[in-house]
Amino acid sequence: MAASLETRVGPIGLPSPAMLASGILGISTGVFRRLLDAGAGAVVTKSLSAEAWEGYANPTVIGAAGGGWLNAVGLSNPGAAEFARMLRGPPATPAIVSLVGSEPQDFGRMVAEFAGCDVVAYELNLSCPHVARVGLEVGDDAALVESVVRATAAASSAPVVAKVGLGSASYLDTVGAAVAGGASAITAINTVRAMAIDAEAARPVLSNAYGGLSGPPIKPIALRCVHEIASRHEIPVIGCGGVSTWEDAVEFLLAGASAVQVGSALARGNMGVFGEINAGILRYMERKGHGSVREMVGLARR
Amino acid sequence: MRGADTPSARTVLSVADETPTVRTLEFEDAELARAAPGQFAMVWVPGAGELPMSVMVSGTAGRAAFTVRAHGPSSRALYGVREGGLIGVRGPYGNSFDATARSALLVGGGTGLVPLMRLITRLPPDARIGLAMGSRDAGEVLFEARARELAQGREIRIEVATDDGSRGLAGTAVDAARRLLDSGGYAAAYTCGPEPMMAALVREAAARGVPAQASVERVMKCGVGICGSCCMDDRVVCCDGTVFGGEHLASSADFGRACRSKSGATVPL
Repeated sequence: MAASLETRVGPIGLPSPAMLASGILGISTGVFRRLLDAGAGAVVTKSLSAEAWEGYANPTVIGAAGGGWLNAVGLSNPGAAEFARMLRGPPATPAIVSLVGSEPQDFGRMVAEFAGCDVVAYELNLSCPHVARVGLEVGDDAALVESVVRATAAASSAPVVAKVGLGSASYLDTVGAAVAGGASAITAINTVRAMAIDAEAARPVLSNAYGGLSGPPIKPIALRCVHEIASRHEIPVIGCGGVSTWEDAVEFLLAGASAVQVGSALARGNMGVFGEINAGILRYMERKGHGSVREMVGLARR
Repeated sequence: MRGADTPSARTVLSVADETPTVRTLEFEDAELARAAPGQFAMVWVPGAGELPMSVMVSGTAGRAAFTVRAHGPSSRALYGVREGGLIGVRGPYGNSFDATARSALLVGGGTGLVPLMRLITRLPPDARIGLAMGSRDAGEVLFEARARELAQGREIRIEVATDDGSRGLAGTAVDAARRLLDSGGYAAAYTCGPEPMMAALVREAAARGVPAQASVERVMKCGVGICGSCCMDDRVVCCDGTVFGGEHLASSADFGRACRSKSGATVPL
């Protein structure tokens, strides 16, 4: 039987295992359709809040050594209601909807806005490293995480995914709380809190000073986190952090991820990266005799 | 170690007032000096902001320049940088005008003339150039003498329009362009400036069978196709553009009508 890229993350069926990560290119449904046509297994929206947010002033995104990127975009988004209007279409665009907020009731209310949309899943941003009162500040509070996940799951018929990152609490505790709250899967990890200082100007470059590091420099960290979560919890994991090639994607699958997300690798108009990753995974599967993506998951943890 | 897209510090070597509200700042940068017409850089004014700027030509080898009008917080800060001041640059980013036309109509409004000045330097050595320029009033007419210099002996016909009629035609750059188009024979039209002006020019050129290219401006945060702030329909302006062909623009739902705000919400132009 020919190898197939079709896979599942718990209840979420995917035509291919590499999806668009949240925060990247995520505000135009036209761009979403281009990415799906290019081979993305799914697209995740920018994190949406109850109200529109402008985000931080520029500089918000700059390059870092080793092919990485530093960003403090500040979760700019047009708000859940406006985004739902775009997703609803016509034409309707299927998406994993990323939500960000501070209180459990914020999430329940936002879910209600997406009635009539093709929501593949909700991904809760419990890990943005550079905005106050949301993201990691929620993720670091295990009790709050559990109630946020529970509130979202109660409001939604779509599966709930919790996106965790490296905050000041142990992300493994965050995962445990999300599992207890009824999450269907975990995305790990978000960008890693970081900064850049310009020697000539003698000041931080990002207007917010602190931002999140993404791209190849964080891949080994993300891989370790996926391995650790998959080793300790019975919950599907979506690997995220520096996935740029098919080989990166395969490594995440072998570490225990059921799927991966791609973000920084899309820089400079590189939408073809999804096709390259898909083709590379297929070649690898054929070479190794794997018929399905699922049979590769966690093989490096034997 | 720095990343390729980390802002590089540059010292401003000269500041020249072009009009009472527009200034050109020059600096050394071998890579930006070679930028193609229409390409832009992200320009950081430490402590004040970062903004996309089309790369202006310099008369000095190895130098590039930015020509800026103060209208928002970041452009006001860049406008205020003095000789010896520090800016950070990353780029060049984006695509560029196809500069192969042997008879080229250039249509620019205000600082939208910047990429057209670089375009003049890249047109064929035997090109015939028509330049339609629009500005608010006589005092704001920009780059008229510079365009003649950059033409370097090639035939160049310039039509000036001002909003108040204090110089040349009373009207927009498109009204000036119409005069040049009436004399005929242009193989391509290139435009940059306020979007309603560009949209009118694209329609005008299409009606006469002249292929047009326009350099589009949108809110930009990353400049490298990551953040999505600049999307126009299904295009990412910083990577797929900023230059788009007239045919594509004519089929665009957004061009000439709507753009994205800083939050990403669709708003009328």
